[in-house]
Amino acid sequence: MLKFRLEERAKSPYWLIIVSPFIAIIVAIILAGILIILAGANPFNSYYHLIIGAFGSKNSVAETLARATPIILTGLAASIAFRAKFWNIGAEGQLYFGALATTFFGTGLVVLPSTLMIPFLFIMGALAGGLLLLPLVLLKLYYKVDEVVTTLLLNFVVVLLVSYLLEGPWKDPMSLGWPQGKSVIDEGVLPQVLSKTRLHLGFIISIFLAFSIWFVLKKTVIGYRIKSVGLNSAAASHAGIPIFKTVLVVAILSGGMAGMAGVTETAGLKGYLTLDLSPGFGYAGIAVAMLANLNPIGVIFSGIFLASIYVGADSMSRAMNVPTYLADVIVALTVLCVLLSLIFVHYKILFFGTKKDD
Amino acid sequence: MIDFIEIIFTAGFWAATIRIACPLILATLGEVLCERAGVLNLGIEGIMSIGAMVGWMTVFLGADLYTGILAALIIGGIFGLLHAVFTVYLGASQHVTGIGITMLASSLGFFCFKLILPASTTPPKIKPFQPFDIPFLSDLPFFGPAFFQHTPFTYIAILAVVFAFWLMNSTPLGLSIKMAGENPMALEAQGIDVFLVRTIAVVLGSAFMAVGGAYLTLSAFDAFYFGMINGRGWIAIALVIFASWKPERALIGALLFAGLDAYQVRAQQLAGAVIPYQFFLMLPFLLSIFAMVIAAKRTKYPKALLIPFRRGERH
Amino acid sequence: MTRLLKVEKITKKFGNFYANNDISFEVKKGEVLAVLGENGAGKTTLMNILFGHYTPDAGSVQFEGKAIEFGNTNNAIKLGIGMVHQHFTLAENLTVLENIIIGSRSIFSLSLPKRQARIKILELSKKFGLLIDPDELVANLSVSEKQRIEILKTLFLDCKLLILDEPTAALTPQETDALFATIRNMIKSGLSVILISHKLNEILAVSDRIIVLRNGSSVGETDTNSAVREKIAEMIVGKKIDYPKKTKIPRKSRVLSLLDVSYSETDVPSLNAVNLNLYGGQILGIAGVAGNGQTTLAKILSGHLKPTQGKIVINEAGSVYISPKSFMNLGVAYIPEDRNSDGIVGDMEIWENAIMTEMDNLCFRNRLGIINKRTSFDRSKDLCAAYDVRMQSIRQRSRLLSGGNVQKLLLGRWLMRKPKIIIACQPTRGLDEGAIASIQKLLLEAQQNGSAIILISEDLDELLSLSDDITVMYKGMLSDPIETTTTNKLTIGLQMAGDGF
Repeated sequence: MLKFRLEERAKSPYWLIIVSPFIAIIVAIILAGILIILAGANPFNSYYHLIIGAFGSKNSVAETLARATPIILTGLAASIAFRAKFWNIGAEGQLYFGALATTFFGTGLVVLPSTLMIPFLFIMGALAGGLLLLPLVLLKLYYKVDEVVTTLLLNFVVVLLVSYLLEGPWKDPMSLGWPQGKSVIDEGVLPQVLSKTRLHLGFIISIFLAFSIWFVLKKTVIGYRIKSVGLNSAAASHAGIPIFKTVLVVAILSGGMAGMAGVTETAGLKGYLTLDLSPGFGYAGIAVAMLANLNPIGVIFSGIFLASIYVGADSMSRAMNVPTYLADVIVALTVLCVLLSLIFVHYKILFFGTKKDD
Repeated sequence: MIDFIEIIFTAGFWAATIRIACPLILATLGEVLCERAGVLNLGIEGIMSIGAMVGWMTVFLGADLYTGILAALIIGGIFGLLHAVFTVYLGASQHVTGIGITMLASSLGFFCFKLILPASTTPPKIKPFQPFDIPFLSDLPFFGPAFFQHTPFTYIAILAVVFAFWLMNSTPLGLSIKMAGENPMALEAQGIDVFLVRTIAVVLGSAFMAVGGAYLTLSAFDAFYFGMINGRGWIAIALVIFASWKPERALIGALLFAGLDAYQVRAQQLAGAVIPYQFFLMLPFLLSIFAMVIAAKRTKYPKALLIPFRRGERH
Repeated sequence: MTRLLKVEKITKKFGNFYANNDISFEVKKGEVLAVLGENGAGKTTLMNILFGHYTPDAGSVQFEGKAIEFGNTNNAIKLGIGMVHQHFTLAENLTVLENIIIGSRSIFSLSLPKRQARIKILELSKKFGLLIDPDELVANLSVSEKQRIEILKTLFLDCKLLILDEPTAALTPQETDALFATIRNMIKSGLSVILISHKLNEILAVSDRIIVLRNGSSVGETDTNSAVREKIAEMIVGKKIDYPKKTKIPRKSRVLSLLDVSYSETDVPSLNAVNLNLYGGQILGIAGVAGNGQTTLAKILSGHLKPTQGKIVINEAGSVYISPKSFMNLGVAYIPEDRNSDGIVGDMEIWENAIMTEMDNLCFRNRLGIINKRTSFDRSKDLCAAYDVRMQSIRQRSRLLSGGNVQKLLLGRWLMRKPKIIIACQPTRGLDEGAIASIQKLLLEAQQNGSAIILISEDLDELLSLSDDITVMYKGMLSDPIETTTTNKLTIGLQMAGDGF
């Protein structure tokens, strides 16, 4: 039996902190390369096609960034929540709730000039996301009902609710039988930011939100409270930090971010709500947050990285005949490798019998 | 109104209850084993998925059905081992590892499925487990078709409960697992390797989960679909809490839950025109949340759940 | 007498710190060896090496002539070494029997011999006077009963050498006597015992031989019979430590009272109609065996729990809103008993911990909620200087502080706010003597400045030397306070065991 134990590093070297996520990504890509070989393709060729697919042209870059938009937002949702050790795994459901709010308010119920309409939709989407999470937070705070399971389960409920609305009362009569919602009115549609591409204002907004969240977490009392509650809620409470209020704020912020991801997809990319609006953006957000070590600025980059894998995998799949699910495998491997690298960053592994030198 | 009550007096309802319960029973038992040892296994959804795929694929490629179960068992154990290396030996976050395992197991399963069967639009089928009539008992009116005309896999699932009950209550390993989840220091002080006990529990538990997934493809249905687990893993996690981490209660919880599910399917047929089907499909998930709220008051989590054990830590 | 254990030149380093330095000694069959030393002298580390928890950097240990394998608890147990840790290692969700037999079988064997085990346990408990019901759930047992199980656990595995780490720390004087009777019984049956303690009186009463550790080194060895008390005391401490002297100050107005406060919820010990009055400038000591409701009381007094019945009055205000925050604003300071898990956020920097109580203070943030780092840093530096928190930098992670410095930081953080009421739970537990003296000094200074202090402690010596009045907590009830000068250790000990309730 292998005998070893972990010893915490007094201070992790900075270079290790910076380099470790990149090593994790490289390891994940190598491991996925083995699968490509199993699929009978050349991994170098395949990855070449993946990169070209994601960044090879103006259009593909725009596509990658457009895909990154909701992932950055759900990544922020996970970052905020995980920092407070509030395990919100319901970003998928909150995203759809945001999309529902967009459809509800944005398809004619409220008509405002564009400069007001877009912020209004974002606020409504955020409120919807936060509102969906709120009862679960209260259940956790009052009855200690585990939020992991409740947020996960609610994802399924919300998707079914969307399915009902799109097949029933909210169905667009013009959609020729497809279950989809009515189109968002022109004032609410997020404008293109790169002409003749699908890249829309939502991307800029998501970057702006990432910086805002970074500022809140890093510089303000709210961020300080979230950090202390996440690291040691008992100690924080004994020093007068209001746990209840803090977790509530976390939930609203987190659910709000995910809700806004629903807004960008509905009012930005598609223009209307569909059942396949999110191919798992909520879950991808968890990977993004982990890869960024819960840092909001890092989320921008890890979000773009993940989006490029997803976008690139499509063209790789077409060119090399490798199943597109490889993208999901790469993402999953990245999560696990990052987790592993974090352990090496924070701990030294000592094998029994070896001398300690520190 | 009468129709709604009559449902529960049909043998078909009871047979369906048991059929729906089986994968949940196996998955819940698996999660009970993990959590009792102090390890939350959120890999459950993915492990069930890959168990379903591997079990089915093994049979599709020509092996017999029992080999299919064995294959699922082994793949579950492998992913359990991966989970254990991360959470037990390296002390990584159990939440994040579990989600990572779910992502990896399900995407890897889909990837391999597509690799082996690239072009299939309609999913190919296998000949699954057939109902096995228990002599004499199966001839009983009502009780026969309700309880004694199930597939051998169903009886295996019930035996798994007996096995888990025996393991937890009558063996040193079960006792060690319970201690590892409550106070691992106590186990260490008795000279027992906490890492080993937790790893065994997670590997065994994950194997159970994968077999639970395989039940879907080898007994309940005859094909593998993407997303066929459809939240059953998460429901099992809620059932664990409802079952207070006890195998025998897991059986009762899963049956109760499956009964309600089987009931809603039948009620749906009666009320389909009035209430949209989506609301019936929501019921299992809402029920699970509801069950957790009910159980919350008396819930006593294993004390060391989520807490990594570190050997030789300074006090 | 034959030699059982021979320890030679054991050295163990943690980083650059020598926890044990070149320690050698022997234990004979049928004797009690006392290992004396103040907190942090290296006693526990040494025992953890003997028991296979730690691997030493140098040295060897022989048991019955055979070298023991380091870092292998299992091996130590098989040889016949048993250890009772200061913090019990029992699973509360299992029965006494299950806790005892778990180590006797391989985890891969298929049966649990419960019946034979029960017979053996009952025999052992009769033989050594360790009365216990094997089928009781451990969660329902008292501290001294749990200790009995710990000892039975080692006896059940046929141990020849029993190591007891600070066994009397949480016992009443009467329970301590019972434990010593058991130890004498064991010696008579040919077992050997290593007793680790920092309490000289107890050691002199029960041991055959004494070794003294200081700063990780062995500084003396003597037979108990020929031991000179003063000389040993000097050996333990090395340099003389000035313990603060208490001066009584006149009692001021009432600041806090509890009227028939009860608490009953699952998971925490309940309180039963507790009445209590606290006055400015008073130190009220609360004695009691751990788990009798002291923690619940402290949490109620600090606003963390809401009483199910009864009333809390603070500063004669009619009614108070119950939350940690509002209690804080009324001038209540709370030192939780487990400073590492409940007091400090180990992964935050020192300055962040230092200003944690000041998050609403506009000196340290603006109205938009942006933290003012400059004033926060200044405040943290002031705090560390004023209360002698020794650290390299206020940007250092707090978990790297020693226990004493953590406690000074936590206490200092509150004292900066000039609290009217201080709830201090086990404020000196596990600290070294120097730190104990400084914490006690800080508490006495606070009292001189007019703060009222509730001191919850298991250490009767500390209670007797610091408090003006003492009350005893037993099964959620609180006795009437009596002046410290009119009582003594024995009386309190009897009360702690339920006398008079």
